[in-house]
Amino acid sequence: MTTVKELPVQDYFTSGHTACPGCGGAMVARIAMKVFGPNTVVYHPASCMLIFSSTYPNNAFKVPFLHVLFENSAVCAAGIKRALNRLGKSDVNVVAFAGDGGTADIGLQALSGAAERNEDIIYIMYDNEAYMNTGIQRSSSTPFGAWTTTTPVGSVHAGKVEFKKDVPRIMMAHDVPYVATASIAYPTDFIKKLEKAKAKKGFRYLQVLAPCPTGWKAESSKMVELARMAVETGIWTLMEYEDGKYTVNRTPKFSPVQDYLKAQGRFKHLTPEDIKKIQDWVKSKWEKDKALEQVYK
Amino acid sequence: MMQMKTQTEKKVVTGDYAAAHGALLARPKLIAAYPITPQTFIVEHMSEFIADGKLDADYMAVESEHSAMSACIAAEATGVRTYTATSSQGLALMHETLFVAAGLHLPIVMPVVNRTLAAPIGIWCEHNDTMPQRDTGWLQVYCEDNQEVLDMVIQAYKIAEDERVLLPIMVNLDAFILSHTVEPVDLLDQKMVDAFLPPYKPKHAYLDPSDPMVVGSFAPPEYIMEARYQTEMSMQAAREVIGEVTEEFADKFGRDYGGLIDTYRMDDAEVALMTLGTVTGTARDVVDSFRANGKKVGLIKLRFFRPFPARELIEATKGLKALGVYDRAISFGSGGPSWIETRHALYGHTDIPVTGFLAGLGGRDVTPENVGMMFDSLLGLAKGQGMPHVSWIGTRGVEP
Repeated sequence: MTTVKELPVQDYFTSGHTACPGCGGAMVARIAMKVFGPNTVVYHPASCMLIFSSTYPNNAFKVPFLHVLFENSAVCAAGIKRALNRLGKSDVNVVAFAGDGGTADIGLQALSGAAERNEDIIYIMYDNEAYMNTGIQRSSSTPFGAWTTTTPVGSVHAGKVEFKKDVPRIMMAHDVPYVATASIAYPTDFIKKLEKAKAKKGFRYLQVLAPCPTGWKAESSKMVELARMAVETGIWTLMEYEDGKYTVNRTPKFSPVQDYLKAQGRFKHLTPEDIKKIQDWVKSKWEKDKALEQVYK
Repeated sequence: MMQMKTQTEKKVVTGDYAAAHGALLARPKLIAAYPITPQTFIVEHMSEFIADGKLDADYMAVESEHSAMSACIAAEATGVRTYTATSSQGLALMHETLFVAAGLHLPIVMPVVNRTLAAPIGIWCEHNDTMPQRDTGWLQVYCEDNQEVLDMVIQAYKIAEDERVLLPIMVNLDAFILSHTVEPVDLLDQKMVDAFLPPYKPKHAYLDPSDPMVVGSFAPPEYIMEARYQTEMSMQAAREVIGEVTEEFADKFGRDYGGLIDTYRMDDAEVALMTLGTVTGTARDVVDSFRANGKKVGLIKLRFFRPFPARELIEATKGLKALGVYDRAISFGSGGPSWIETRHALYGHTDIPVTGFLAGLGGRDVTPENVGMMFDSLLGLAKGQGMPHVSWIGTRGVEP
């Protein structure tokens, strides 16, 4: 298993991109591209990553790069892969990097279609938990209670009233070869999962927690720390669904969710009742995870 | 004019089969499609060709038309020839993808079975699916019969893939009137098609790790105007290419479609009607009967709507006293799209009246009597009788 130190020095997502300091998405791209290497074609939907990596005439990726639209990442990646196979280049990795809005909301139909057809692609959702590129609007992947510009803190409602959509479980329901979650705070775990995804055939889905300083209202220097706290509190589960087997890769410490929430401006309005609701949600989520481990052994 | 140069075996097939067989002969590597009435025979035939080993290609049975065109764009950008087909609501769902196919200069060929768009929902013929796509940067050709459908699928690849063009193209056929109606069709010889249409070898866009390229970058205002201008230049260049391909096809296969437009009995015509799609066949018969009665009428068949044949129409309408333009779609608040475009094309070149006729919307039959009424109106118009800019023909409660 490759450790962080053993990763190649060579980058295929290079400096010069225009992401915010501390951008979790940029860290996802950099680590992933070190693992995938030069024999890769990447697809990007409309997203932060498209804008900060590919504003004409510049591009931060040192591999072939395609953007078509917003809601069709999975099918575009599949189209690339099938065409490469037809051209005798079947050893090329085809990777889609999409945000949570482009995946959990507008891209879900194409994602489901490609998963059902078991298209031979790697799909990475960098989850910054809102439409950050358009100015921090809520997505179905935004967590309960979070402030966004479309879940404002008002006198009647404050923050998002629904809980986060569980896309990994939706992908598990498609019974694809590989589903995993990761966090930028656990690069060794992330690298292991990228290597597994790279080695497998068929539809592979990774969802990586990618904190956003702008949208989460926290210091750039705190992004990795927040990504770690999310795992330690149990808010973010590191899991794998591999060839029908479900595994939780790290048992949380179950540190109080309050520590994670209070470190971010997007949650600063939460009441003690809200925080209790989130703590209860973590408990029930963990019970589900343990149950899934029993069902998918 | 239609003259058979080579006699090959004819089979009695539907318009949908002709569209599929044309694709079979063109050897695409990837087909991505979603079923919609009345396009369904096309995707069924393509699936059968692959299942039977007649065509070596991937068939992506995608979950929507949006994904069908997305897959074709991605595969074509990677460097393979693609094919899809749709109709009506499916084309509307593709709308945003159509701009990308043209903007990235990807020569995708797509038959569209022209069907009405909801509401009210219907499945029969109307051109209100393709006409609203006129500004997407796609070439558009409208077919008169099943033979033309097959011949145009082959020619469409040749036109679209020409380095001077590199734009996608819709081959339009009228719902049911062609799609589900059988006619004898020369299915063409594969070797002759291979000689006419060589394999697709992209030079301007491909995704290959040995030569990394960015396709579809985000572009600031400093660059987009030039990109738009290039697309317009490609569309203008298509005029010449269409002419060349028409000639080469006529030379090799014996059928000359005339290029951007075709004409019928226009030599000494005093009035003429312009039609597109299957009404053209009906209008040919009506012209013959009017001519038999000594009335000098002629017919212009609008084949390509994009690029719009302005120069050809200026030439074809010289000497006329009145022109009528038939449309199977309406741009609400204005008139039929080809009537609008024809008046624009002729402005400053002629002072004859150019009137619009709307008929057959929603799939209503356009009868020889309807077309005869159009010619009668045009003969009256030539004598100075007034008539409205746009006439609704065969519409209950509306005086024609």
